[in-house]
Amino acid sequence: MQLDQLYQEIILDHYKKPRGRGLREPYDTEAHHVNPTCGDEITLRVTLDGERITDVSYDGMGCSISQASASVLHELLVGKPVPDALTRLDAFTELLGGRGQVEPDEAVLEDAVAFAGVAKYPARVKCALLSWMAFKDALARAVDSSDDNSGEIKVGA
Amino acid sequence: MTATSIVIPDGMPQYEDQPRFDPALIRADFPILDREVNGHPLVYLDSGNTSQKPRQVIDAINEHLARHNGNVSRSVHTLGTEATLAYEGARAKVAAFINAPSPDEVVFTKNSTEAINLVAYSFLNASLSPKGDPRFKLGPGDEIVISEMEHHSNIVPWQLLAERTGATVRWFGITDAGRLDESELDELINERTKIVSIVHYSNILGTINATSRITARVREVGALLMLDCSQSVPHLPMDVVDYDVDFIAFTGHKMLGPTGIGVLWGRGELLAAMPPFLGGGSMIETVTMGGSTFAPPPMRFEAGTPPIAEAVGLGAAVDYLSAVGMKAISWYEKELTAYALDALQTVPGLRLFGPKVPVGRGGTLSFDLDGIHPHDVGQVLDAEGVQVRVGHHCARPTCVRFGVPAMTRASLYLYNTTADIDALVAGLEKVRKVFA
Repeated sequence: MQLDQLYQEIILDHYKKPRGRGLREPYDTEAHHVNPTCGDEITLRVTLDGERITDVSYDGMGCSISQASASVLHELLVGKPVPDALTRLDAFTELLGGRGQVEPDEAVLEDAVAFAGVAKYPARVKCALLSWMAFKDALARAVDSSDDNSGEIKVGA
Repeated sequence: MTATSIVIPDGMPQYEDQPRFDPALIRADFPILDREVNGHPLVYLDSGNTSQKPRQVIDAINEHLARHNGNVSRSVHTLGTEATLAYEGARAKVAAFINAPSPDEVVFTKNSTEAINLVAYSFLNASLSPKGDPRFKLGPGDEIVISEMEHHSNIVPWQLLAERTGATVRWFGITDAGRLDESELDELINERTKIVSIVHYSNILGTINATSRITARVREVGALLMLDCSQSVPHLPMDVVDYDVDFIAFTGHKMLGPTGIGVLWGRGELLAAMPPFLGGGSMIETVTMGGSTFAPPPMRFEAGTPPIAEAVGLGAAVDYLSAVGMKAISWYEKELTAYALDALQTVPGLRLFGPKVPVGRGGTLSFDLDGIHPHDVGQVLDAEGVQVRVGHHCARPTCVRFGVPAMTRASLYLYNTTADIDALVAGLEKVRKVFA
């Protein structure tokens, strides 16, 4: 088991210097997710301008993997159109659920490819996904409330 | 530097008088200790989570399944008889191990959690029945007392019971030193108290609670007393008569036995007054279409086919612990804990939770390292072969009390040595390097 596969430089860098951390206003929706097995938690806010994500702000406590993952999420998804963000969310979820067998697409995931190693550590997958699941939840509700035709909006896998 | 040593006067108990064992011989009995983890020799410091199993326990379970397997208490054939004798034999061994006045006071459950739930549901079921024993009847105004250092298994069953009966849950606090705060004892336990259920040996702080003042107060007000002994029975001599308690719960897998078997010990006359918990086969006296009557304890509380091979394994574990000697084990762990407390003090940035001295505490050592998340601490230690527990340890209120979301915990047992502690300390240095 190679520890540096898990704790890649990119991950440690995001952990030590988190991007976009802190809760900001205004925002459209907020989600609070916890990992009941370890007590990690995150509060995450999504701000939309039409079809575009203008901000993702977050705060929480947790391990380096969960904190770095939130920071990467911020960097990757802010400024992106919703469909593009959903594509990246799907790709990240697939990567983490792939037990290390999924080859990540760097064009889609950018810095988030560093989490490929985490997929080989089943106990840590939930840490990496915590902020992404909170994002999925918040985004679904933001899209729901801004969509006049409402109904069932399917977000992510 | 001059070394100082204290000479204990003749006629007083000497350190040399303590019963001892050879840890190398003990380690040789545990096959798993030979293996490597991530290219390093296994350093197992997670016995508070589950203990490892000696060859004697593994063999006893294998032998039972290979040679004596049959269902218990219902067969006239030879295998059924052998299985029944083995199962009831294990009950008698467990009873003797905790000095229970009778094997009939030992109820086999799935684990400690089920044992505590059994008692909590007895209160609920008695409260719902007009014929329920008044000692188990709860309603608005009645109080249940637990503590802030409980495992969730000794919190949630009582919260559920309180919600359903209108009773109130009250809490002992924890002092900064990690001891049970008994300063409000007389107010906390009062005439409204129906049961006090507290942990004997904290799974997170390592604190071993002194129970005599609590017992005296419980008797004064006529309440019942339950001790969660999940962490104490594996490590300390237990005598239920001497402790003067009403119920204790513990689990097999933390005391060298297999998973899937736990124990509720209850005072005979209380068990006899308790309504059934789970209904089914084995727990009845007679069943008609109009209703059923129930077997006396312990069968009343053992519905369905019980964990037979697991009971045999637990019996073998009890034999093993008794042969080594619980006094020797507790003394050995006390010395090891003293070594570990000293060693951990040398790690920069380490903050220990719980008592700082090896008195009234066991070898369960939880700490924070420089604010580095325990998941990360545990991951780096694992890469070095060192197995520790990380997280809130199913004791979230305790973590909240000390202002942290999670802790890293090393927990010791009779097969650990000072070399394991040294490996932990070296591993913590690696952690600091990675996250510096």
